[in-house]
Parts: sequence; C-alpha cells; structure tokens
Amino acid sequence: MNEALLTLTGVHTHIGAYHILHGVDLAVPRGRLTMLLGRNGAGKSTALRTIMGLWRASSGRVEFAGRDITVLATPDIARLDIAYVPETMGIFGDLTVEENMLLAARGARRARDLDGKRLAWIFSLFPAVEKFWNYPAGKLSGGQKQMLAVARAIVEPRQLLIIDEPSKGLAPVIVDSMITAFAELKAAGVTILLVEQNIQFAQRLGDHVAVMEDGRIVHAGGMAEFAADAALQRSLLGLAL
Amino acid sequence: MAFDWQPLALVPAISLLALPLFDSASTWLTLTVAGLAMGMIVFIIASGLTLVFGLMDVLNFGHGVFIAIGAFVATSVLGAMGDWTGSTYLALNLVAVFLAMLAAMAAASAVGVVFERLLVRPVYGQHLKQILITMGGMIIGEEVIKIIWGPQQIPLPLPEGLRGAWLLGEAAVEKYRVLAMLLGILMYASLVWTLNRTKIGLLIRAGVDNREMVESLGYPIRRLFVAVFVAGSALAGLGGVMWGLYQQNVVPQMGAQVNVLIFIVIIIGGLGSASGALIGALLVGLMANYTGFLAPKIALFSNIGLMVAILLWRPRGVYPVTNR
Repeated sequence: MNEALLTLTGVHTHIGAYHILHGVDLAVPRGRLTMLLGRNGAGKSTALRTIMGLWRASSGRVEFAGRDITVLATPDIARLDIAYVPETMGIFGDLTVEENMLLAARGARRARDLDGKRLAWIFSLFPAVEKFWNYPAGKLSGGQKQMLAVARAIVEPRQLLIIDEPSKGLAPVIVDSMITAFAELKAAGVTILLVEQNIQFAQRLGDHVAVMEDGRIVHAGGMAEFAADAALQRSLLGLAL
Repeated sequence: MAFDWQPLALVPAISLLALPLFDSASTWLTLTVAGLAMGMIVFIIASGLTLVFGLMDVLNFGHGVFIAIGAFVATSVLGAMGDWTGSTYLALNLVAVFLAMLAAMAAASAVGVVFERLLVRPVYGQHLKQILITMGGMIIGEEVIKIIWGPQQIPLPLPEGLRGAWLLGEAAVEKYRVLAMLLGILMYASLVWTLNRTKIGLLIRAGVDNREMVESLGYPIRRLFVAVFVAGSALAGLGGVMWGLYQQNVVPQMGAQVNVLIFIVIIIGGLGSASGALIGALLVGLMANYTGFLAPKIALFSNIGLMVAILLWRPRGVYPVTNR
C-alpha cells in the first residue's frame, strides 16, 4: 500500500441536529485514484465537504500530507493544493469560461498569466473548454459544465483532486471523455478521490475503493479485488459490477 | 450573450414619456438633468450596499450612517477651507470639494470597519437580527453625530464656482448637477472596470454567485467581504458629501431619509447588481423630480409605485445576479 496523502480517523460530522458521519476512517494513497462508493445518503458528499472544511468535523482527525487540517478554514485547506469539485460543479454562471479558469489559478492575475503549456494540455483533454472560452459558463450544457469544473480544478498543479460524482447525468460519450481525462491525470501522478455512483466508471478508473454505509466506511481495499467479488458488491451496494 | 437592453431603455423611455406632461421643454430638460444628477448621487450611495448584500447576504439598514458621516465631515472640511470655497477660481473650489470628499471617504471607511466588526459580523446569516442591529447602529451613529456637530441643521453651501446654472435655451442646467452627473459616470465606469477587469472584481462577482465555491478555490471570502463593506462605506461617505451639497444643508437624520431611497434602488436593480443599481437610481431620480413638480402630494409614494411596477415586470429586479 502506498503512503497515504489524506487520512480521516474517526471523523464524526453533525449538520444541525443530524449526525451524518459516524466515525469515518479512510486513507487515500498518494498518486492513486480512490473511489468512494455507497448508496444515496451514505454520507459520501458529507465526507468530502468535511475534508474541505465546508462542514466542520465534530470529532476525529483529518490529516493531509502529515498535517492536521481538521480545524483549518476552507480557503487554507484549498491552499494546501487541494482542488475540490462539488456535486453541483460550482461553476460561476455569470462569469465566462476564461474567467472561471482564471479564478481557479491563484497565481494568475490575467488570462495571459495562465501556463500556456498546461492550458494546451487541458484543452486536449476537454476541447469544449477551448471552444467556449469566451462564453458565459452558465450557458454551457451539463456535460460542458462538468468538463469546465474538472478543467478548473487542474488549471494549476494540485496535490489532491476531490471530485463529487463527475459522471452524474452525463451522456455516455461525455462520460468516456471524462474517463480518458482522469486516466491521463492518474498517469501524471495526481492523487484523486472520486465519489461515484456509476459503477462502470468506478471500475474502469479506480485503484482503490472505499464503500460507505450509514456514515461509516464498511469496506476498503483494491478495486480489482472488489470488482472480482460479486457477492461483496451485492452485499454493500445491492448490485454487482 | 446578448446584452439585455430593455432595463437600460427604461431611462430614456420614461424621460420621453414624461415630456408631454410639461408645459415647456425647458422645464422638462431642467427636471431631467436634476433627476439624472440625483440618480447618480443615489447610485454612488447604493452601489456599495448592493454589493454587500449580493456578496454576503447582509441587509445593512445602517448604511445611511455612512452617508451622514460623510456629509458632516464635509461641513467641517469645507468650513475650514472657506477661503478656497469662496474663491472665484473654480480650480480652488474643486480642490476643496475633492479634499472634503477624501476626508469623508476616509471617515466613512473607518466607521465601516468598526461597524462591520462589531455589528455585522456577529449576525451573518440572520436577516432579522441584521435589520435590527444595523438600524440600532444607525441610531447610535446619529447620536454620535449630534454629540460632535450638534443636533441642528448645518448649511453646506456650494463653493462659489459651482453655484448658478448654464442656460440651454430657456432651460437652466445647474453647474453642480452636471458635476454630480460626471462624477457619477466616472464612479460607475470605475466600478464596472474593477468588477470586470480585475481579479478582485472577478472574486466579487464570483462571490455574489457562489460564496462557498470561492472559498473552495482558496480565497477567504470574509476578508473580501470586509474590503467590499469598507469600500461601500467609503462610497456612501462620498455620496453623503454629494447629497449634502445637492441639498445644501445636512441634518443628523439624513442617512435614515436617504435609506428608503437606496433600498428602493437596489431592489429595483436586482440585489447584488451594480448596473441594476445604476438603472434603479436613475429611474428613482427622474421619478422624484417629475412627480415633485407635477404632483408633489404623490411624490413620496411615486418611487414605491415605480418599484412595484418594476417588480411586477421583473420580480427579481432589472438585472438580478443572485438567487436570493
């Protein structure tokens, strides 16, 4: 097992009166793609939001690269080179695609400050981003917005990408482009934590898998072993890969 | 994306529709210039408030206190520069007014910092408490003004070179109103440039849209909010100087009086929209001047009627930018 870049130890999260996470233990190995699976309402998105500090862990510990980030504010967590794409994509609809990208590049003040080589790579992964560069992002289709959301997350090198359901509601052809893009990111050594409901997507990309149920991790291990064990999948997810 | 020109067209449309209601074109022109000048001043005051609401969902009913502070500081500065304001050299007059504006903006900014830290920050996300505590803040501000400058009305005469009017045919166009319009255009252009051409402007626009995502990208929205709040306070201070010179006198309650107008303006404009605030302010300025001349008894209610009509047409204001 690779060294863990991100670890959650006994993390509990409450939202108002509701106790959502009940002691989550999760390790995300450096340079690998970890799939976080689970049924609706299992607590996957809450786990991601807790990592980002958008909801505060009521107890437990979140560590990133050996540093305790449990009580850090969201901007400070993001500045540790963690990019987050929420389930809603978080696109700024009134801003153009260019402005969305520029905003994510903290080191750039103007579009010409963006790293041209990296931008060309992003355009090769997501041609729609280049095509609609000067369009208001709110006018893009759902798939194009998702591409922009991921492109924005990688506009500068990040140590960890956290992405919530990137394939949700997308046409199969766009899901295929997403898979290609994530495969390239994986090959580039980026650590990725993906929440996914699309099992085919998960199987094709994941190195590791963690399954959540009722706010807890109930299984963690290699994706290959998980994919090969139909009984385990049925018991945890109610279906088989 | 095609520009939505319809709200913008409302301003000339209302002006032209009002023309047949007047006996002479010169009266109409005088009132139109007065309305546009008043609108520009109200816009300067309201622009900060609309961004504060759009960015942080804060209803600051105490915004008026910055207007009053700006105006009272101007009475002191211009009063101390009597030689310059009384001079027949326009340049000296303008320098005096400019210095008064700078002092007013600095004072309003300083009060804005304290106001945000003590009153607004503890009630983020709680609208009812925001309304109550910021109104309370304005009452305290008024009392502080009375302690420093006294409770009485203080005259704020225009500097010598800004008095009087230019004649355009039979229409009298007051010099100060032209200056107010030019300053308003300059402030609007600066605001639009900042919002559209700078990274901080980009952050403000993004923050109005989705605060949480801005934080997730690594930008501390609270710091940005404080900056916008203080800038909004400074603009209100500047607007206070201009409003005081427009009325040629100041009273401690002037903030509360203008507050109603600026809330009408930002609601018409679409909460959070600077361009919407400009359209709203110009419409309010024109309506106040036209009805003030034609039917003074309904002047007080005319802007509320205007707001209702606009909201029936566009329930979220002319240029809505937030979903709130």
